[in-house]
Amino acid sequence: MSLRIVVTVKYVPDATGDRHFADDLTVDRDDVDGLLSELDEYAVEQALQISENSDDDVEVTVLTVGPEDAKDALRKALSMGADKAIHVEDDDLHGTDAIGTSLVLAKAIEKAGYDLVVSGMASTDGTMGVVPALLAERLGVPQVTLLSEVTVEDGTVKGRRDGDAASEQLEASLPAVVSVTDQSGEARYPSFKGIMAAKKKPVESWDLSDLDIEAEEVGLEGAYTVVDGAAERPARTAGTIVKDEGEGGKQLAEYLASQKFV
Amino acid sequence: MAEVLVYVDHVDGAVRKPTLELLTLARRVGEPVAVALGNGAGDTAATLAEHGAVKVLTHEAAEYADYLVVPKVDALQAAVEAVSPAAVLVPSSAEGKEIAARLALRIGSGIITDAVDLEAGDEGPVATQSVFAASFTTKSRVSKGTPVITVKPNSAAVEAAPAAGAVEALSVTFSAAATGTKVTARTPRESTGRPELTEAAIVVSGGRGVNGAENFAIIEALADSLGAAVGASRAAVDAGWYPHTNQVGQTGKSVSPQLYIASGISGAIQHRAGMQTSKTIVAINKDAEAPIFELVDYGVVGDLFDVVPALTEEINARKG
Ligand SMILES: Cc1cc2nc3c(=O)[nH]c(=O)nc-3n(C[C@H](O)[C@H](O)[C@H](O)COP(=O)(O)OP(=O)(O)OC[C@H]3O[C@@H](n4cnc5c(N)ncnc54)[C@H](O)[C@@H]3O)c2cc1C
Ligand SMILES: Cc1cc2nc3c(=O)[nH]c(=O)nc-3n(C[C@H](O)[C@H](O)[C@H](O)COP(=O)(O)OP(=O)(O)OC[C@H]3O[C@@H](n4cnc5c(N)ncnc54)[C@H](O)[C@@H]3O)c2cc1C
Repeated sequence: MSLRIVVTVKYVPDATGDRHFADDLTVDRDDVDGLLSELDEYAVEQALQISENSDDDVEVTVLTVGPEDAKDALRKALSMGADKAIHVEDDDLHGTDAIGTSLVLAKAIEKAGYDLVVSGMASTDGTMGVVPALLAERLGVPQVTLLSEVTVEDGTVKGRRDGDAASEQLEASLPAVVSVTDQSGEARYPSFKGIMAAKKKPVESWDLSDLDIEAEEVGLEGAYTVVDGAAERPARTAGTIVKDEGEGGKQLAEYLASQKFV
Repeated sequence: MAEVLVYVDHVDGAVRKPTLELLTLARRVGEPVAVALGNGAGDTAATLAEHGAVKVLTHEAAEYADYLVVPKVDALQAAVEAVSPAAVLVPSSAEGKEIAARLALRIGSGIITDAVDLEAGDEGPVATQSVFAASFTTKSRVSKGTPVITVKPNSAAVEAAPAAGAVEALSVTFSAAATGTKVTARTPRESTGRPELTEAAIVVSGGRGVNGAENFAIIEALADSLGAAVGASRAAVDAGWYPHTNQVGQTGKSVSPQLYIASGISGAIQHRAGMQTSKTIVAINKDAEAPIFELVDYGVVGDLFDVVPALTEEINARKG
């Protein structure tokens, strides 16, 4: 038996940098360093653990849709231990929204061949948390999403989903789309050996024509949503800061009372 | 006036507050028609009518509880086909976003998630989003199909607006995909008796500075003096001091209360992402350089073990 896992990983602007929008109201990628979305490291980690815990022959492919630099995200995932990588890159992808992104990812996943797709719970830039569900809908396979624990055995994926009202145990047959949360277990650091090995691993590059997608279906033109404006939130006016010299609690209570919270 | 579908988040017939907020927002863009699914769906009607629902479409079936997400998508799609609404509004819970996304794809529409405000525009509803850890505010809209928009809790004040609320049974045929993901067990969360974190008017949070599970009692005591919900930073959650369901931030809950009090929390970007839109922000931290102080309306530089109990005592004294 063999198991083909495709892990979707996004290349995003560093959240600790000064993120902003370009003139066309897409994310400005020039001013801030990019990296592998930290929440996708958890997806790579779970794919590797599924692979390590399996008696089957498992292949872990990492897939990204993004600009030239997105290769950095793939390299990081390869150095963690993924086997190979696919980079979908095309100038016409600039400005693609969630519906379009899911189309490109789904076509690439089908072309790559898969038994299991593993995604992060959300990207750290768009933070929509919808792409895994969209992939399941497009691929016509079960969604087993937002798992804080996941196992794969005998063609079945099982996991725990911790929701607001309840914690649920889920189960579905492969093929399936899984997404994992940051409660699923710390992601490993790439070892020196892993980093060296990653340099030799294959990275395939595909463009829209490789996926039979027309330019009009994606990008700003194909988008189902429009951003009409983006404004930086005004800086908060400097608040009152007091040093506790025994009266800090009392002073704070007075402030809260003055604001009618007490 | 055009109809607007509102997906109802309820527990056995008890409607959760974010849905009532959605009904208020829905009235700005059309006539709200509510869709309530699963056990107790019919029991939601009175509350929904009181808050502006002209119609309540209901459907009860075991599938909603026994399988993940897809049965609800099937039902909402049936409602869209029955009503031809001008927009579909869904609460921005993790599940709500998944339902909304799959629905949008099926009906050939765009989706906007995590709106914090909604208004009528010349080309359909305009959503306000708060992005990049709430450092930017954007205005966006859906340009193709029926706008599907998810809205964050605390985005509007709940207003009563009595309407007919006529109950109609929705007819739903489940798709082949509906039974794809089985829910094999469910453990409901125990209620703490405190307000729901995302819905609370006041949130009191503790971080690594609280230094131990047992010390969270002082955070809880402060919360109880104010009738507040308790939140925690990821550092506190990862250390096992407080449940993950109480985590505030990018990968936890995003809260937008009238008052947020952070104790022993440094204010990392991922934490700020979940609380920066709070109306009034207060912090207690012994490090005057902690980034959280850049956000505060009022900050106390001091040891939380001194300040928090003194604050609680003073509040309780004032309440008499
Ligand atoms: C601030 C902001 C707000 C936005 N709001 C909207 C909106 O309301 N509606 C809309 O349609 N679009 C929106 N977009 C665009 C949207 O974020 C992108 O199209 C995006 O690729 C998909 O959504 P996400 O990044 O939020 O991913 P999520 O749904 O949060 O991502 C979940 C997982 O999907 C996978 N994934 C997502 N994108 C990729 C990728 N490019 N390559 C590989 N794997 C991927 C990853 O595993 C990720 O962890 C927004 C973008 C930004 C920056
Ligand atoms: C992808 C990703 C997602 C994340 N999501 C989240 C999230 O959802 N929520 C979240 O919170 N974090 C999140 N984080 C983690 C975040 O980056 C920080 O690590 C975390 O918020 C730090 O928690 P803290 O402020 O409690 O701890 P610290 O940063 O260690 O700060 C503790 C603070 O307590 C103060 N202190 C210590 N003792 C006392 C005392 N006795 N009295 C007063 N003050 C005291 C210290 O001065 C310090 O400022 C995420 C990180 C990543 C990478």
